[in-house]
Amino acid sequence: MTDIVHDRRTLIAGGTALLIAGATGLTVPARAQGVAPTASMRGGANNYLPGAPIVERIGGGGFWMTGTVRRAGDGAPLAGQRIQIWAHTTEGHERDPHSHGATLTDADGVFRLEMPQIVPAFGQPHGHLAYDSGDFATVFLRPVMSSARDTSLEAHFVLQQA
Amino acid sequence: MSLGSIRAVLTWICIALLISVPIVIAAQSPLLAWRRPVYIVAGFAGIVGMAFLLLQPMLAASMLPGLGGSRGRSLHRLVGAGLLVAVIIHVAGLWITSPPDVIDALLFTSPTPFSVWGVIAMWALFVTTFVALFHRKLPGWRRIHLSLAIAIMTGSIVHAMLIEGTMEPTSKAMLCAAVFLATFIGIFGARRARRSWLRR
Repeated sequence: MTDIVHDRRTLIAGGTALLIAGATGLTVPARAQGVAPTASMRGGANNYLPGAPIVERIGGGGFWMTGTVRRAGDGAPLAGQRIQIWAHTTEGHERDPHSHGATLTDADGVFRLEMPQIVPAFGQPHGHLAYDSGDFATVFLRPVMSSARDTSLEAHFVLQQA
Repeated sequence: MSLGSIRAVLTWICIALLISVPIVIAAQSPLLAWRRPVYIVAGFAGIVGMAFLLLQPMLAASMLPGLGGSRGRSLHRLVGAGLLVAVIIHVAGLWITSPPDVIDALLFTSPTPFSVWGVIAMWALFVTTFVALFHRKLPGWRRIHLSLAIAIMTGSIVHAMLIEGTMEPTSKAMLCAAVFLATFIGIFGARRARRSWLRR
């Protein structure tokens, strides 16, 4: 019996200690010193082809992929960053090289690339974007369109020093 | 025409519509224009698989007019084999279309929730096939088979309903609802039939 009582005491003591630790942990200010870096999304790198060329637009266009690139921490816009974009569109599959293209961010860290209309593939209408130029840690994104009828899609990068 | 044969004709018309309408509408999907043949075949293998899922419980439980008893059961085995082939074509075709997406799905690391359900249903089907081929004399076979059948049915329905693909949503929902009802009634009805057989 004493063993059981002892166990219960240990449990209560341990539980209390855990609670205090948890509560204290909550009171410690979160280490969110500004803007947190964007994590790669699941499946973001699927059908990635390295070195997509910088293009005026992918194929015939008609659909806009837009977004921003900022620096983790202070959130400063990053100009001249190369973003690669690919998707299953009306003009080709994700794996087709002609479905891939890249663009650079402007002085405000904004990128905009015209491409063919994205159509649902593998169950969702979605696009792929990559940052892998090396100055910052590589990030792969896979945003999903809220409707297959949308004619634009956006994705935002917050990059961390590599 | 007797009441029984009218009922038989109506049953078969319903089943024919539940299966053919989704396939005919899917065959007119604009998405097909932007897919390669292997991707299209893979998608339709999935729809055919769902149609087989509608027949399976009805064959097993002698619910189909003219296909009762041993005829129904031997057809149940045949359609079961067809379902296995359909699922293999479905997964293989998707693999050829986009290997990394299928690898993600099989490893349960896919960003799309529907693929998890599909993969669960696939494994439940593989286990069912294995048990049906080699362990049908097991004492718990019936219970094992019904549990796996429920997993296949649930996984397949959730998988299909969450996908934005070539199937038109209403006809897809009708087929899925029919698969659910057929499985539910098939299991319940089969139990009742077994009980009355025991009573004899």
